[in-house]
Amino acid sequence: MKVKGSQRDFHHALIVDKDLCFGCTHCVTACPTQAIRVKQGKASIIVNRCVDCGECYKACPVSAISVEQDDLEMIFRFPVRVILIPSVLIGQFPRKIMTSSIYRALKELGFTHVYEVENTVDLVLEATKQYMHDRKERPMISSYCPAIVRLIQVKFPTLVNNIIRVNPPIDMSSRYYREKLKASGYSDKEIGIFYATPCAAKIAAVKSPVGEIESAVNGVININFLYNRILKYLQRKYTETEPPQTDDLLSSRGILWSLTRGEVVHSNGRALAIDGIKNVNEFLENIENEKLDNIDFLELRACDESCAGGILISGNRFLTVERLKNLAEEYKVREDDKNRKLSDDTLDINEYGYWGNIEPRPMGKLDEDIHTALKKMDRKRRLMCFLPGFDCAACGAPDCQTLADDVVRGDAQLSHCIFMQQQMIKQNLLNSGHALRITETIWGKERLNKNCNKIGAEDENS
Amino acid sequence: MQFRHKIAGGDFSKAGNAASSVKKVLNQLNVDHSIAKRIVIALYEGEVNVVAHAYSGVVDVQIDEKQIKIIITDKGPGIADIEQAMKEGFSTASQQVREMGFGAGMGLANMQKNSDFMNISSVPGEGTVVELINNVRPYEG
Repeated sequence: MKVKGSQRDFHHALIVDKDLCFGCTHCVTACPTQAIRVKQGKASIIVNRCVDCGECYKACPVSAISVEQDDLEMIFRFPVRVILIPSVLIGQFPRKIMTSSIYRALKELGFTHVYEVENTVDLVLEATKQYMHDRKERPMISSYCPAIVRLIQVKFPTLVNNIIRVNPPIDMSSRYYREKLKASGYSDKEIGIFYATPCAAKIAAVKSPVGEIESAVNGVININFLYNRILKYLQRKYTETEPPQTDDLLSSRGILWSLTRGEVVHSNGRALAIDGIKNVNEFLENIENEKLDNIDFLELRACDESCAGGILISGNRFLTVERLKNLAEEYKVREDDKNRKLSDDTLDINEYGYWGNIEPRPMGKLDEDIHTALKKMDRKRRLMCFLPGFDCAACGAPDCQTLADDVVRGDAQLSHCIFMQQQMIKQNLLNSGHALRITETIWGKERLNKNCNKIGAEDENS
Repeated sequence: MQFRHKIAGGDFSKAGNAASSVKKVLNQLNVDHSIAKRIVIALYEGEVNVVAHAYSGVVDVQIDEKQIKIIITDKGPGIADIEQAMKEGFSTASQQVREMGFGAGMGLANMQKNSDFMNISSVPGEGTVVELINNVRPYEG
């Protein structure tokens, strides 16, 4: 078991394209962890606060936030090229498109093996059951959604020990298939395992795993990229591509796993499923205060409609859910549905099934030292007497309180507030030329000039 | 530093607001999470007590480098027998309050459990003052 180095070299999959970003506040105010500021006219992400949830990606009016991915060419470094696909990839396509055609399209793209991520959900269930039996913390929180795991690390540090340290299906499956292929004679280096991801958080989780254990995934390909390539393939009168290697182990449990309630239906005891990061945020806030230890299990997902609402899913999330539910119903009536699971002992879950330690990474602290932190807190509260409380974000921070925190931490000036500037000018503490220069450092020199390319302006889209 | 939070009697939807803002402050002050957790739970229980039993109340919070002191003062019926009220399971909560999931008789016991020092004084017919003190140690992460 390899252990990755520092927790601090934190990888993020969300990137701001500085050419496309025109400097507005949509992402700044959408971010659930106050991780974005505008500086020099561009959005800038604070790495220690970002949880890769993708709310900024959804909020951006000019698609200036993108999700990094590995180059598809990278797969050809490996003679064995495995793509692990989540069921939501299939769920995007109309039912008339055969799953086997999608597999063929993936073969055509260069993958030799296609397996479903959710083929290992029974191993996850088994490990979770054992973990919950051994631990007394309640409620226990699923480790499935990496954005939620990170949200808890940065915003709800007291709940870190409530996270179930069991590998989610992607880690379980990548390890399982690596071991399986090794057992069939390939060397570790010959096997390239790639993951078709529905969101940014899963990329970040693969590139810098939370549980300190190195990922068995070699690269990540975004589902929206694959979706377009698959559609193109399906439109052609295709030459009969040979089907890829697969194992036909997907069950109705697996199909539904990534959707809302996909996990709670298997839970014994009292269990709740909550989707949407705002809803999760609100609920975790309650949990921290009230000690709701009469709830056993929480399935928390950052996206509305869970992974069907992932930012890289092109299909409509409600239709995706409907199709997958229908597909699961078809599977359920099959006689072998219950037995469609990995039945060999390729993977020792005692060795590979669990995460290591999860560190809290609290983002709120004003200072390491409580003496200094208390002084800063006093100052912040005094500043709040003066800041207008409009939360207009014209200072480049999402709201007045965040600006005040930034000021006492030394990361911003009170004069970044345009209303404070007016007060300062009135009291001869600032002249208007200086005020303009301050605004320009936040929004850039050109930002206030006439620009007819803005959305809604005369030359929009030209 | 110190701050004050008002509690309205009878409004269960707002019970927890003081605990929530104290939690934010403790996070910003880099107070150890396990210590913050206890304080927040104790204060939440205290808030629920005021909401469930009293007409109105205030929470006064004083924080310095060594300790966090919380004083919950309410105007209300008071507690006739404090020793009895401290017993787990003892409750004078109305049926209505119990149906909402409160009033299990664990409030004061939980507050005791989650504080380093607790003192209750009460004048029946006038109100109750609960003083909670927890020692603070900065988080060394």
